[in-house]
Amino acid sequence: MIKKPFFGLGKPKLTYSGVRDIEGEDLKEILPSPRITLMHKSPNGDLGDLSLSIGDEVNTGQKLNLRENGGEFLTSTATGTITDISHTTGYAGQSFVSVAIEAKSKDLWDDELEKAGKNESPENVLPFLSYIPGISDLTSIIKTDNPPNTIIINGLDRDLLIATNQIIVKTEAENLAEGVEYLKKITGVKRVIFVVPPSLRMEAEQSGAEVKVIEPHYPDATPRLLMKEILDNPVSPSQSLEDLGVGFISAEAVVALRTAFVEGKMPVTKVVTVTDKNNRLTAVRAKVGTPVSDILNALNIDVSDGDRLVFGGPMSGRGIYSEDMPILHDTDAIMVQDKDQVIPAGNDPCINCGECVRACPAKLPVNMLIRLLENGLYEEAVQEYDLLSCVECGLCSYVCIMRIPIFHYIMLGKHELALTGGLEESNG
Amino acid sequence: MANQKLFVSSHAPYWHNRSSLSAKSYNIMLAALPAVIMGIFQYGPPALGVVALSVSTAMIWELIMNYVTKRQVSIGDGNAAVIGLLLAMLLPATTPWWTVVIGTFLAVVVGKQIYGGIGCNPLNPTLVSIAIIMLSWKGLLDFDEALVNYDLGFYMVYPLAALKHLGTSVVSNYSVGELLMGQYPGAIGSTFGLGLIIGGIYLILRGMIRWEISISFLAGVFLTAFLFNISDSEKYAGPLFHLLTGYTLIGAFFLATEDSSSPVNFIPMLIYGACAGFLTVLIRNIGAFVDGTVFAILMMNVANPLLDKIRPKSLGKGIKHA
Repeated sequence: MIKKPFFGLGKPKLTYSGVRDIEGEDLKEILPSPRITLMHKSPNGDLGDLSLSIGDEVNTGQKLNLRENGGEFLTSTATGTITDISHTTGYAGQSFVSVAIEAKSKDLWDDELEKAGKNESPENVLPFLSYIPGISDLTSIIKTDNPPNTIIINGLDRDLLIATNQIIVKTEAENLAEGVEYLKKITGVKRVIFVVPPSLRMEAEQSGAEVKVIEPHYPDATPRLLMKEILDNPVSPSQSLEDLGVGFISAEAVVALRTAFVEGKMPVTKVVTVTDKNNRLTAVRAKVGTPVSDILNALNIDVSDGDRLVFGGPMSGRGIYSEDMPILHDTDAIMVQDKDQVIPAGNDPCINCGECVRACPAKLPVNMLIRLLENGLYEEAVQEYDLLSCVECGLCSYVCIMRIPIFHYIMLGKHELALTGGLEESNG
Repeated sequence: MANQKLFVSSHAPYWHNRSSLSAKSYNIMLAALPAVIMGIFQYGPPALGVVALSVSTAMIWELIMNYVTKRQVSIGDGNAAVIGLLLAMLLPATTPWWTVVIGTFLAVVVGKQIYGGIGCNPLNPTLVSIAIIMLSWKGLLDFDEALVNYDLGFYMVYPLAALKHLGTSVVSNYSVGELLMGQYPGAIGSTFGLGLIIGGIYLILRGMIRWEISISFLAGVFLTAFLFNISDSEKYAGPLFHLLTGYTLIGAFFLATEDSSSPVNFIPMLIYGACAGFLTVLIRNIGAFVDGTVFAILMMNVANPLLDKIRPKSLGKGIKHA
């Protein structure tokens, strides 16, 4: 935890972690787990019409279609038998179908992807790649209607205490260069920009992409802030990045693309930065679907009642409530926080000290915003105080002297608006 | 799943910079201490009595209101103590006990709690109280009258009152050094200029108060007094005199900077401070009151919500994409 410095004039200065913060500056392999759980975010939580059933045999890398139609699928990361299919609820009520697999020790690779890749045409391979490690949904970049004209590869990470992408840039610079080639080929974009911290400039320059170096100040690597800083093209809150023809992809996903195209194998492993209770970082490579407990055991990290487990970093991560939770294809980090470090939120009102206003990278009037959000006035919050300009960095809650869960209120407000369709009414 | 470990889950962020309201309150009190100690040193036990009574009754009023309004007990956050301490700093050492008790009632209950407690007060609670006392019992805050029995070995006339009644000829009776060191009669905690400046700088460096407000307030006082002074130096005192007398310094660092009643955006803070400074000198020079700081800051408190509408454009706002 980084405390407010003794001399506290001005903004909080938080810096992204880097490769040098990682133990040994290298990746540790986690042995394949005998129990793999795959999760797919599915708006339709109904388990009745699934085309998968308990007892099915699956192979590593096999595309498992969830339903007859709809195009939803999972990629098996192990060879074995399906033992359980259930429905779970995640952040903000997101609905997941989760499939547990009893894995055998030896991987039998599915060959469909290899066959599809034989005739060198990306269209055949792409349907397999929607959920490759490192990006939540690749179809946001690769699409036929309104394809992006610029792609930004993020060589930094989403949050503090994460160095997942950075260690990949450091250790897999050559694979990354090949991946960039394929990325250009399949998307047809002319401009690929690679954003890295100064320490990775050398590696990034080998990639053949246009390199932009930014100082690793949190939260500058957030897509909307990058748009403003790098492309000098701020996005209006009513627009998505895709509207402007810009796609974001992580360095890890680019390497995963290369694995699929060059090796003809589905990428089934994910690099995860694990932070223990003393804020020591370890980077591990594990199969997607490995339970958190296996990773923590392998690293000898003990957790007990009252501690906190987080997917992601300390500023914007999402708390999980069970060690059995598997890592997903977009889980960049696991953070373990000791119970002594847990700071409960306060329930006092805002005193208007203005710390949040100074900290906000999107220049929101957070002091006024929180007054409306606390009273459930979400539409007014959008119209008068620009709720939708928020870049979701969490700095407001981090600096709040009254410890108001401001970020929580903001996300709740956005969620409620999305439910009622209020997002579309907002003006740009 | 009986052997599941129970984790604490909540929304991000999971870090906090560990700042807290109580730490802020105690720092403000710490910063005020040099000036308070100087006051107690000069005026002896009566001053200590006023300070102690003011701080304690402010906290008691807060506690009573906590019970009356059925809210959680909030005296631990130190805000009531700060209000009590600041009120004592504005009072002369001879203030009768009942005035202090009423004063803290006005500050904590009328100034703060009836609006809903901390953060909800539109005006600075301490200033609400001192303004009501000033208007209701004129003699109590007439420092010459209140401190008539004291002779501390320096020129025992309250500078602003002397200026008002006797004209600029009195300015030469006070040197800058004397004003900085509190060598003139006045309220318990507002005469030791150097102590207040040190306390203010401490708070600014620690990020406890907003420097924009303090600096623009002082600049407003300085500029306005300077303009008056060059227009007619026979009639109006110079800027340094105005900066170092009355409630100017305590106003700049401790009163105008009260969180709830002051703006948070950069330009509004500058306007707020500068206008408060401007009004202070205006009231002193052409108004009826001896010192204008109290009313000047209260007036700007009222303007605060309007001022704070001036704010930077949020990310991506006002952009037209083709």
